[in-house]
Amino acid sequence: MSYVALILGMALITWMIRAAVFVLGDRLVFPPLVRTALGFVPVTVLTALIVPMAVSPHGGGAELTWRNPQLVGALAAVAVSALTRRPLLTIAVGLTVFFVWQGVVLK
Amino acid sequence: MTHPKHPARFQELTAGARDIIPMMVGAAPFGVIFGTLVTSGPLHLWHGQLMSLVVFAGSAQFIALGLIAGHASFAVVWATTLVVNLRHVLYSATLAPYVSHLPLRWRLALGGVLTDEVFAVAWAHYRHHPPGSVSPYYFLGAGLAMYFNWQVWTLAGLLFGAAFPGLQSLGLDFAMVATFIAIVVPQLVALRYFAAAVTAGALAFFWQAWPYKLGLLAAVLAGVAVGVLLSLSHPSRSQRRTAGVAQ
Repeated sequence: MSYVALILGMALITWMIRAAVFVLGDRLVFPPLVRTALGFVPVTVLTALIVPMAVSPHGGGAELTWRNPQLVGALAAVAVSALTRRPLLTIAVGLTVFFVWQGVVLK
Repeated sequence: MTHPKHPARFQELTAGARDIIPMMVGAAPFGVIFGTLVTSGPLHLWHGQLMSLVVFAGSAQFIALGLIAGHASFAVVWATTLVVNLRHVLYSATLAPYVSHLPLRWRLALGGVLTDEVFAVAWAHYRHHPPGSVSPYYFLGAGLAMYFNWQVWTLAGLLFGAAFPGLQSLGLDFAMVATFIAIVVPQLVALRYFAAAVTAGALAFFWQAWPYKLGLLAAVLAGVAVGVLLSLSHPSRSQRRTAGVAQ
């Protein structure tokens, strides 16, 4: 088996998926409904990526408890972001709460 | 050392790289774990580095390792890669208006580095500006930083993976959660965005066991559908303004 061919095939597929819409460039004009839909992609995809990480950090069942540092850190970050809208402060407070919770509170 | 004629370009490049640093921290353990897994499978070490160099897609790389170890056929690995990466079509469609005026080589390069994290950071930068008014160096800087980061941590895993047991339990991936929250929460200014995000988040949780990240994709599509339906029933101020201009 040639693993190099396998890997290069994966690369070509991944790159085509990512770049295809870009390659069309100016020739591609989305109808208004599609533009409306694409406006919801960032908030939905980013939320869909992080909710499972925060709610069930070990996969499987929900860990809706104060003993879940991912969930506590995420809630702290949400609160800071909602109150201040400052990205760096949100990340700093979220990470601090997470690591303190994981390393100190739960020890 | 830098571009003396284009200090602004260099600043944008480094600004993109700077803003993706939390994501680099979050991706580091996955790079190491990927490299470590390669050492326990049928691939040579350099195959693992080659995969990170040319594929540059964490989820697809992990799943491919599992399939290769299980002696899956090439067609199965390639089909899986296609399905796992389908969400990237949504990313490039969302960012397309901001890059459509660029030369082809730029669009090919930016497409090549368009991961989840790079999408999040690039979009957070572009959304404050009308399409065409922002140079692509910020996007490129974020993408290159993430790309080199992935190579370094893959190599670390390939060479020293066995020395980092328990890396997964450190929870470094929480940096990604915190950064995405910092990007998403300020966007939830209207009910339709909030409803779309809650729908996508809840369904992504309930559907996380679906294979090949299809649950994630379905959750996003459902969230987008909720957002579109709410937009149609309550046309936003911006849409009415656009309609007014059109008339």
